Amino acid sequence: MSNNADVRVVVAMSGGVDSSVAAALLLEQGYNVVGVMMRLWSEETFGGGVHNRCCTPDQMADARRIAAKLGIPFYVLDTKDVFRHTIVEFFIDQHRQGVTPNPCLECNRHIRFNFLLQNALALDAEYLATGHYARVSQAASGRYVLKKGLDERKDQSYVLSVLGQQQLKHTLFPVGEYTKPQVREIAARFGLPTASKKDSQDLCFIGDNNYRRFLGDYAPDILQPGPIVRKNGDVLGQHTGLANYTIGQRKGLGVNSPEPLYVIAMNPYRNALVVGTADELGSDTLTAHRVNWVSGETPSEPFRAEVKIRYKAQPVPAWVEPLPGERMQVQFDEPLRDITPGQGAVVYDGDTVLGGGIIERSG
Amino acid sequence: MPARTVYLDHSATTPTDPRVVEAMLPYFSDVYGNPSSAHRFGRDAENAVETARETVARILNCQPSEIVFTSCGSESDNLAMRGAGWTARQQGRGLHLVTTPLEHPAVGKTVQQMADLMGFERTIISVDKTGVVDVEDFANACRPGTTVASVMYANNEVGSIQPIPQLAALAHERGAWFHTDAVQAAGQLTLDVQKLGVDMLSLSAHKFYGPKGVGALYVRNGIELVPSQSGGSHEAGRRSGTHNTPLIVGLAKALAIAYDEFDAYTTHYCQMRDSLIDGVLNRVPGSQLTGHPVNRLPSHASFVFDGVDGNALLMHLDLKGVAASSASACKTGNPEPSGVLLALGYDRQTAGSSLRLTVGRQTTTEDVDYAVQTLVEAVEKVRRLNREIV
Repeated sequence: MSNNADVRVVVAMSGGVDSSVAAALLLEQGYNVVGVMMRLWSEETFGGGVHNRCCTPDQMADARRIAAKLGIPFYVLDTKDVFRHTIVEFFIDQHRQGVTPNPCLECNRHIRFNFLLQNALALDAEYLATGHYARVSQAASGRYVLKKGLDERKDQSYVLSVLGQQQLKHTLFPVGEYTKPQVREIAARFGLPTASKKDSQDLCFIGDNNYRRFLGDYAPDILQPGPIVRKNGDVLGQHTGLANYTIGQRKGLGVNSPEPLYVIAMNPYRNALVVGTADELGSDTLTAHRVNWVSGETPSEPFRAEVKIRYKAQPVPAWVEPLPGERMQVQFDEPLRDITPGQGAVVYDGDTVLGGGIIERSG
Repeated sequence: MPARTVYLDHSATTPTDPRVVEAMLPYFSDVYGNPSSAHRFGRDAENAVETARETVARILNCQPSEIVFTSCGSESDNLAMRGAGWTARQQGRGLHLVTTPLEHPAVGKTVQQMADLMGFERTIISVDKTGVVDVEDFANACRPGTTVASVMYANNEVGSIQPIPQLAALAHERGAWFHTDAVQAAGQLTLDVQKLGVDMLSLSAHKFYGPKGVGALYVRNGIELVPSQSGGSHEAGRRSGTHNTPLIVGLAKALAIAYDEFDAYTTHYCQMRDSLIDGVLNRVPGSQLTGHPVNRLPSHASFVFDGVDGNALLMHLDLKGVAASSASACKTGNPEPSGVLLALGYDRQTAGSSLRLTVGRQTTTEDVDYAVQTLVEAVEKVRRLNREIV
């Protein structure tokens, strides 16, 4: 504590309660705290009058007020261009390939823990802190370990599974050690606003949170009608555009069949929506690419772990087999119905995040 | 707090001179009357306001009745453009306004609104790379039906000084009134309206060590203004609203100090500015001075840097205690390249790399050295960061 004053920490502030409390806690621990908010891309840029939901003028004003209250410098970093290139264009491109991406994973990979972290280090900061519910600790070996947030229901470690040793070394998650109610209490103690924003997890750059409308406006080529087919090639009807459907979807397919049919796959090459019965839907294996191992070392053998295939899913037991080329295969004990290409498959050992990758396909 | 703080943003605002504060103090709680009241309380306050008006008139070399007190430089600009524009329109003299791409938005946006919504026409003349207006273009733009021309005396972003007497004469030859926004020039260049030949001139006290929230507009006798703010007919009907006695007193006191001690202050500004310019150009690779190399405000140094974002630079400088500004700076992280630099012919990227350092009365050689050293390091850091982020 004595020499924390010489240690600068850049806090990524959003105007919300979590990052505000993160800043307050660091200040209490004696750090030299600097608040930074990223100005991300939003549709407003095109004159639509829509704001990025995570950095509206109101939220910037809130963050600025909180920084002033805490007595820390506050800056807004122009992140529009890099966000548009790496997140928005990626989002559109993935949908074009029939894949449902998780932009938060990519944002943490490219924006927060690369662009922002680099900026923080250039400002002579030792750490970048965010309001995520996750924990970082250093093992006896010196290695950094990423863990779930103490508040299991708020845990955000899934979207942080892209971090490696180089990032974790410079990362602090001050609220990860607390539960949400405790965070609110701390906010009250510091005289900070305690209300939390609406769920800002996904698609912050889409003003109305309607990604189908967004794709229709920005990439109308994606929403081309095409055939609805069974695995054997039988055509059952027409779909309105692959991006309008999700794996596991049953309602709204508009096909007649004696048994319930579900979306089981997208075939972007034929622009075909593949449907099948409940039996065909489930799968007990997936392969993932762009796999990151938090420790920096790829496990040499298949191992038992719990794997989470969506932000809101529960981790379930599985065998994980690392494959060459930053890939892995996951064999679940029980089949899962909603393995969705583009989402993250995150590997846990209890509270510890071992790593994660992006789902390529089920089976 | 950084180890040292150096304020080099005097074009944004200046600290209020303690002598000015002292002069203002009696007019809050002692001499508190409304200058419009008939009783002794009112008369005492009125006396202060009128004395202030005489002081301003002395420095501007005009009649006291030609001074209108306002709330700020923007209000002065608005009153001049709207007031004179509507008067000329009422008199059937025409609807055409002439201005430059260098104007403060208080003129630029006002003229744009008059053109967009109120049926006026506008011509924006061109400027050269040093930020000086094209005199020939100006002369050609002023035509029959041109009623008001407005050219900023000295620009806030690049510091260039315009040939106001020449432009005012050209406007008059063509039957137009001439307004100048002298907000940046005040305290650093002559405000003698006879020498300048202008019909209207805007001032703002906080740019010359006076208080914020008070400005003035010189309006040559004979020019009526349709008021922007109507009410109890204060200021000869040109600007209604109870006089803010302490601030008006403060404006006059600050202006008097600035011009009574003009040579000492401007000599100091020039010395500090020149060592700043030398330091930056010699020590920061890829730096260029923007604006005119010689005909520029004594306090004003402005630059662009290859491969550097002005906003990022400000952040780095601020954390080291150096207060500067960038034309593209935006507190909400949505920077737009400076319109002035684009008008001067800089490309968008270069226009986004601007930095303005403006010295003041308290600036010392040590401050300048510290700022230059800090800037050298900050530019290097921002460039390295740009190389590292892929």
